[in-house]
Amino acid sequence: MSLEDVQSVVLVGVGGQGILLASEVLAQAAVLSGHRVKTNEVHGMAQRGGSVVAQIRWGQKVYSPLVASGTARVLGSLEQIEALRYAHYLAPNGLAVVSAQAIMPMTVSTGEAIYPKDVPGLLKRSFSRLIYLDAAQAALDLGEIRAANMVVLGAVSTGLDIAIEDWRDAIVASVKERFVEINLRAFEAGRSFS
Amino acid sequence: MAAAASLAKARSIVTMKHVGLNVAADPLMTLSYLGVEGGLVACVADDPGMHSSQNEQDTRHYARLAKVPLFEPSDSQEARDLMLLAMEISEEYRTPAILRSTTRVSHSRSLVDLGERKPAGRRIGFVKNPPRYVPIPVWGRVMRRDVEERMGRLVRAAEASSANWMEWRDRSLGIVTSSIAYQYVREVWPDASVLKLGFSYPFPDSLFLEFASQVDSVLVVEELDPILEEHVRSLGIACRGGDVVPKVGELSPDQLLLARMRMEGRKPAMDAGQMALPPRPAVLCPGCPHRGIFYVLGQLDVVVTGDIGCYSLGAFKPLDRMDTILCMGAGISMAQGLEKAGDPRKVVGIVGDSTFFHSGITGLLDIAYNRGGSTILVLDNRTTAMTGHQENPGTGRTLMGDVSVPISIEAIGSACGIERVRTVDPYDLEAVSVAVREEVEAFAPSLIVARAPCPLKERRRLGAVRVVDEDACKGCRICIRLACPAIEWLGETARINPLLCMGCGLCQGICPAGAIAPQEVDS
Repeated sequence: MSLEDVQSVVLVGVGGQGILLASEVLAQAAVLSGHRVKTNEVHGMAQRGGSVVAQIRWGQKVYSPLVASGTARVLGSLEQIEALRYAHYLAPNGLAVVSAQAIMPMTVSTGEAIYPKDVPGLLKRSFSRLIYLDAAQAALDLGEIRAANMVVLGAVSTGLDIAIEDWRDAIVASVKERFVEINLRAFEAGRSFS
Repeated sequence: MAAAASLAKARSIVTMKHVGLNVAADPLMTLSYLGVEGGLVACVADDPGMHSSQNEQDTRHYARLAKVPLFEPSDSQEARDLMLLAMEISEEYRTPAILRSTTRVSHSRSLVDLGERKPAGRRIGFVKNPPRYVPIPVWGRVMRRDVEERMGRLVRAAEASSANWMEWRDRSLGIVTSSIAYQYVREVWPDASVLKLGFSYPFPDSLFLEFASQVDSVLVVEELDPILEEHVRSLGIACRGGDVVPKVGELSPDQLLLARMRMEGRKPAMDAGQMALPPRPAVLCPGCPHRGIFYVLGQLDVVVTGDIGCYSLGAFKPLDRMDTILCMGAGISMAQGLEKAGDPRKVVGIVGDSTFFHSGITGLLDIAYNRGGSTILVLDNRTTAMTGHQENPGTGRTLMGDVSVPISIEAIGSACGIERVRTVDPYDLEAVSVAVREEVEAFAPSLIVARAPCPLKERRRLGAVRVVDEDACKGCRICIRLACPAIEWLGETARINPLLCMGCGLCQGICPAGAIAPQEVDS
């Protein structure tokens, strides 16, 4: 029995950015592609502007819903330093998709901590395969800032073997009907950043 | 309620967190004596890692204490399967049962094969039978003996249960495990033999003995307290467990990989170490009505006894205005305790609307009747926000969504004997300040209800988005003290993130430079 064919993705960001919806779409796409899936995320406190991490794993047989360090195939981040916070999950040859958004934690505003300087440089040094994109701007260009999560997910999809039809069906299944169109367009926009 | 429903032959499930079982422990202990008619399962979610809880207690102790069967699913499918089994065992053995989940079982999702729904087809009705349902000593002592006899039969049920199984692989190491730990074990020790327990209490002794006799060494992997491990040792089986597997915090594949290295005498490769990143704790949302309350309390020399809910976040800097948290209802009762002890400072107790209804009223009654002088602030945001906006007795809807009678917090306060009851708008900082100062100074108990709906639930802005005039901003950082995630400090001036701002206007009200104003809307 081999666990090598289990795929893991970690999606991170700040509470309120739509990580959980992105996680749901990814899980749904993996189901549609014919796999058993386990996802995990922590709600509650984490939702109130805190650091949020969602984990999605799929394959023929998945045991742990938690990803072991150094095994995620893709790390998707909606905030730039959150990608650094969870960098240890990524496999050595894994793909990091990082949105250029910088959201100041309260600890920075109060002066207890410092937001790192030259984050793009840190990202380049931390990740051998990096897609650094401005998902918020791309979503704004489409007229809906809240679709930034789908832009990131679109870029994440370029590092995974899930057919485009499954992604589209997953978005249709997971998103309210009136938001399907904008989310599909945001996802497509994300796919162009590879 | 579930107990009575069960006695009327209805099947019932009652759900709670680990700390909720402390509150429900009193009825559980004696219900174990009464037994059940319809199946009754307490579905209890533990929180190893304390992701959103005030302690890390292990519910498995309660199964032993109450002498009831315990079921531990390790994923979503088992949560469904074991719930059914627990219900059947509960009914067959006429005992309440506990289904224990942990953080990563509760918060993970996976595909579940559903079964056919079978109508229960039973007649609901309570049949009088005092020797069974009235545990006064003469009958209670009989029940007590019956519980022990039941435990004996439950051991045999657990030993024969399909929820407990052995997986034979390499026999040099056999791992005894339950709950989510099983899933991690399968990844970290893919070659080891496993005794997997889904029906884990009463302990299926013959399984431990049989399993141990067929492997060279035994390791027990369990989350939190060494309950299985201690029992396995008590059977005379040498094993490892807590010496290599952490007993504090939640387990994970990473934790168990380290445990495996420890066991095998290997040194883990030194991690390069994570770069120093600013912590990102949760904060009160933009537009939260609780924010202004903590800001005002920050200007007063009082002790603030807090409670469980979103407003626990008022403990963090820069608000930093909650001095204690203990359990639900303690915001009120601890205020009374500090005062009775003779603390020289005035005390303000804080509680949310939902928590007030849940377990605040008895404490309030105590303050009023025993002539306390505390000021109790109910932060009434018209919902149970932290856990996902559930209804509560103040909202006018039941948990099933049906219209009901909204219960008045003020009327409860008056009925408890509190004469000084007032209501304030939490966005009106001046009014909040006046009310709190007056009530703190008064030599009588008082209740202030700060009422405004949770904007996260309402999903609409409270007013125009605010902007900072950077030329006018003097950099005094007073607005930062509001701990609003929409307000960012740029080094010399503040900036308001228009995507996050809910337009509550608190920052505009406190800015001494008048640098914050509503954004002009393009026509």
